[in-house]
Amino acid sequence: MGDRALLVELGDEIDVKVNNKVRELFVAIKADPLEGVVETIPSYRSVLLIFDPLKTTLSLLQNGVHHFWKTLDTSQLPEPRRVEIPVVYGSEYGPDLEWVAEYHGITPDEVIRLHTAHTYHVYMIGFMPGFPYMGELPEALITPRRETPRTVVPRGSVALAQGQTGIYSTQSPGGWQIIGRTPLTLFDPGKWPPALLEMGNRVKFFSIDEEEIADWEQ
Amino acid sequence: MGAVETLEILIPGPLTTVQDCGRFGFGGYGVPPSGAVDPFSLRVGNLLVGNRENEASLEITIIGPKIIALIDTLIAITGADLQPKVNEIPLEMWRSQLLKKGDILSFKAPKSGCRAYLAIGGGISVQSIMGSKSTNLAAQFGGLEGRPLRKGDIISSDSPARYLKAVGKSLDKARIPSYPKNQVLRVISGPQDDHFSTKAKKIFLGSPFQVTPQSDRTGIRLAGPQIEAKKNLKESIISEGVVSGTIQIPGDAQPIIILGETVTGGYRKIATVISADLPLLGQLKPGDRVNFRKVSMDEAYQAVQVGSGSQVLGTCSDP
Repeated sequence: MGDRALLVELGDEIDVKVNNKVRELFVAIKADPLEGVVETIPSYRSVLLIFDPLKTTLSLLQNGVHHFWKTLDTSQLPEPRRVEIPVVYGSEYGPDLEWVAEYHGITPDEVIRLHTAHTYHVYMIGFMPGFPYMGELPEALITPRRETPRTVVPRGSVALAQGQTGIYSTQSPGGWQIIGRTPLTLFDPGKWPPALLEMGNRVKFFSIDEEEIADWEQ
Repeated sequence: MGAVETLEILIPGPLTTVQDCGRFGFGGYGVPPSGAVDPFSLRVGNLLVGNRENEASLEITIIGPKIIALIDTLIAITGADLQPKVNEIPLEMWRSQLLKKGDILSFKAPKSGCRAYLAIGGGISVQSIMGSKSTNLAAQFGGLEGRPLRKGDIISSDSPARYLKAVGKSLDKARIPSYPKNQVLRVISGPQDDHFSTKAKKIFLGSPFQVTPQSDRTGIRLAGPQIEAKKNLKESIISEGVVSGTIQIPGDAQPIIILGETVTGGYRKIATVISADLPLLGQLKPGDRVNFRKVSMDEAYQAVQVGSGSQVLGTCSDP
């Protein structure tokens, strides 16, 4: 990508196996940084290496990555962390819950049951600091984005778009369907690590009542 | 001596923020670099007042603030010509200048460029978060409480008196950039240029595009002829990492040049601006016109080497 970024593509679809390869390469490069690389951005199916063009070149880096890939020791990869996330579904916290239920011809309770029944894989953190892209949603919850994006989506909003579910880690505009809100803090720049979730984590949601919010706020 | 109060903001201007070279190494957490959009001007300003070149400065957008010096302070103003003046007398840019206690720095009107940088001898004493003092406006952290400057804000600097003797240092006139209203940006194709027909790519490289008022620190939004992706492709691609200077073509077929406030994107990327031309992006303002010119990787590397050594200020990625 241009003269100072190398896009390493490891597949061409949204697939946990491909994404695990991305994670392996990302963890390895972070542990043993390549000369001249200033930033490493993992995503669904690729790792983007941004480098200083005065310290290295594209071809040097390509060779470096090939070598890395051949000698990759995947046994060192830590087990994915499991994280359970409390969510207040519906009402003011999930203004699109009713619409999503109607779209699929099921009840809001059934949407909640389906959303909390599955364990999701965190494919990547992006869009904003700490925002997890998670999947796959069960077939019955695959929902298009809102036709008109909201100008303000509150922090902690739990949302759906196509086969993915995500959490708005900071307040922002957004076009995903909002079905609930978590009281957990997804991004805190003053903490280490700054994000609650990392790629590769396994996430399960559970439903809480409005009255329980205070118990979960840090 | 430590942090000393140097400047007080009397009028902030519409968008004045604390920025250094940016926040690198946290892309895995979705943390974008932020940082000066014109790293050349930031670095030169810092060098003129005797700072490390990646120290934080004030990034001033189009309309300048009004600032009073609380103590004798060395400053340098670089980047856009917003017609700075001290006590109503025009101030030479690209030169380290002494503000005496009580002096008032103000700006007249934007003459050329979009962003000016105010470097202060001793830098800006704010907490470094994840290795950087840059303001991330979207996530509201870094800089001064993660927000643009307000009336009454006070800037502190580290041992400012030590820097005063560097007064009068200036950049070689031949090296001072100009910011014409018509700008040519050199690009390298890809990574999704094959998603566009030969005709669409010709339009992209052969037409002027106008910078729109919707442009901000997240991206420069352009208006011009439509650059249609090939039929039978989805509107978006699978989200992946982006680097500043990447040119995305979203569904409305109008280009957006990504700046340093995001790490990922889901639109196809037709080309990327070369490192040597990145500082120019920071100086594009609404109404300016850009043309894109395709170059080879060799040409891009030659361009970034020109000037060599510490003079190469095109990229700004010092961690």
